[in-house]
Amino acid sequence: MQNALQEPQTIVLLGGTSEIGRAIVEQLLSPAARTLVLACRRPDEAQADRFARPGLNVVVEHFDAADTATHDAFVRKLAAEHGDLDVAIVAFGVLGAQADFDDDPQAAAEAVHVNYTGAVSATLAAAGQMRRQGHGHIAVLSSVAGERGRASNFVYGSSKAGLDAFAQGLGDSLAGTGVQVTVVRPGFVHSKMTRGLKSAPFATTPRVVGELAVKGMRAGKHTVWAPGVLRYVFMILRHVPRPIFRRLPLG
Amino acid sequence: MITGDSSPGRRALLAGWGKATPSSATVLEADEESLAGVVKSLPARGGIARGLGRSYGDPAQNSGGHVIRLTPPHDAVSMDDASGTVTVSAGVSIDDLLRIIVPRGWFVPVTPGTRFVTIGGAIASDIHGKNHHLEGSFGNHVTRMRLMLADATVVEIGPDRDAELFWATVGGMGLTGVILDATFRLLPIETSRLTVQTRRVGHLDEIMALMAESDRHFRYSVAWIDLLATGKHLGRGVLTNGEHARLDELSPKDAAAPLAFGGKQLVDLPPVVPAPGVINRLSVTAFNELWYRKAPVRRDGEIQSIAAYFHPLDLVGDWNRVYGRQGFLQYQFVVPFEAEDVLRTVIERISAASLPIFLTVLKRFGPGNPGYLSFPTGGWTLAIDVPANRVGLSELLGSLDRLVLDAGGRHYLAKDFQTSAGAIRRGYPRLDEWLAIRERVDPTGVWASDLSRRLGLTPSH
Repeated sequence: MQNALQEPQTIVLLGGTSEIGRAIVEQLLSPAARTLVLACRRPDEAQADRFARPGLNVVVEHFDAADTATHDAFVRKLAAEHGDLDVAIVAFGVLGAQADFDDDPQAAAEAVHVNYTGAVSATLAAAGQMRRQGHGHIAVLSSVAGERGRASNFVYGSSKAGLDAFAQGLGDSLAGTGVQVTVVRPGFVHSKMTRGLKSAPFATTPRVVGELAVKGMRAGKHTVWAPGVLRYVFMILRHVPRPIFRRLPLG
Repeated sequence: MITGDSSPGRRALLAGWGKATPSSATVLEADEESLAGVVKSLPARGGIARGLGRSYGDPAQNSGGHVIRLTPPHDAVSMDDASGTVTVSAGVSIDDLLRIIVPRGWFVPVTPGTRFVTIGGAIASDIHGKNHHLEGSFGNHVTRMRLMLADATVVEIGPDRDAELFWATVGGMGLTGVILDATFRLLPIETSRLTVQTRRVGHLDEIMALMAESDRHFRYSVAWIDLLATGKHLGRGVLTNGEHARLDELSPKDAAAPLAFGGKQLVDLPPVVPAPGVINRLSVTAFNELWYRKAPVRRDGEIQSIAAYFHPLDLVGDWNRVYGRQGFLQYQFVVPFEAEDVLRTVIERISAASLPIFLTVLKRFGPGNPGYLSFPTGGWTLAIDVPANRVGLSELLGSLDRLVLDAGGRHYLAKDFQTSAGAIRRGYPRLDEWLAIRERVDPTGVWASDLSRRLGLTPSH
């Protein structure tokens, strides 16, 4: 149960190695926090000790975003073991190299499966648990790449566009149930996912995204842009004619 | 009496008076007849009784489970003028009760700062009022009550009948069962007015000294403190002491209807969310300054109505909306009398934290009662309303928690929506005894609330 300051007792990070996900966790942790579940495909990479603090039980669980058949049982198991899930962060995802996808449709399908299908399934499993318990908050990591398809990352972007639409609709469907959904739309974030890529305008860091996400969650925002200026940038970009948009240096 | 099946229930989003962090539950209306059926069919996440929702935090929320509203029967209040006692159905409010008993020359033994609490809630929170230093909390005045247990049986308990369960229920936050009705002693009054003595005092130390020296001479005593004042004005405030007025103290006009009682609501706050920043350091400082300046430096023998003296905030309906959508919390604690320096440190820290805090209530408690989780205990209690969306609030309150607990103090469960299970365990040394009694009457955890899950007072489901 979150307290009056909306500090959760139990946090589940789906995508336990995601830098942005972990930055959101950092911001959510308070003395009220009792359990943190890092759910990831490679538990040995979870670095649970980074979150160690007195009174907090950090649990690492194996979780495969692509294996959608396991998601509901996984979430039910977490609730059975740790009680109500106050906050779930859906942070897993793969960027992939667009150039590789051009010659490997199967790899593209697998990336989309994780980013979209896996996220839909995991988010619905978390939402179901939270609806049963009558409260909870889900943060879904979208991306500005989903705002308008771009030559440099349209497989990734289209999967995030789908997830964003899904999460917005889910949030509306949960109105009045005590469960909230916040869609987090970061721009270019310096992280291991983007290592080696050319930085884009308004690039930011996981820490800033984490701060903005949690501030937005506590204020009851449905959508959080990170940084906030991107909301206005994309208001314009959405309407820029294609021939010009194509030539913009957007990274 | 209305009988029959309870309504099927509706899913609703419920919050406490502070409006922070609501959760959803199935709300069922039940009367005494239908309640057993409701209790027998509670889901795994259990049920909790809810009165008028005036607890600040989450004790009357039960997310994912059932919340029971007890409908009073038409013969809900039964008065025995000879013995000065009354038997009241648990769903009746103090407001309803005062309208019946004041014109007959009686007053409730304890009233909180609002009339809009139910008798069931008053017992479950073991509420206190401005007379605690002399007359204790609500539970001190209860002679018997009927309680529906987890197995839907009804028991009659009192200080002399299963005293263990009685004192586990007084202050037990509804977690031992549903209180059906209670009998308690009333206070005879000659008039519905109070004579009030007011002292405006420029510094915390002076107020505390004045309270310590004078409160035993007055049935009612409370101070309102301005926590935004600093330096040589730290903790400045207004002390009001009151007594029920005798008939010969009233003006001829008032004496014509000495027991008239007309608690009214003057205005409602509009159901709009205030723009962010309406409640800020500047606006609140201005309000507190005005309020302090308008109080007389010294006034004796002022005649005030029950509503004006005890329930000033009831004049404004839904005043809790002023804090906007993230709501607010009330931080209330008590520290023993010898811990005056801790109280001063707490006030200094809050004063230095630049929070927009309206007036704060300071009061001296008399000795506590045998209630296992009853909040009041001999010492100083301070109640502070804080907007819930302030940066750094968590760290500040955490540091205050440690000060309060190290001094042997505790926090009030009817207000709490922020402190930890560990803080409650330290503050209530008889918690384990209470847990054992709860386990005896509710082994499977039929009664549960968001508060009980948050603080580990019941098994988690």
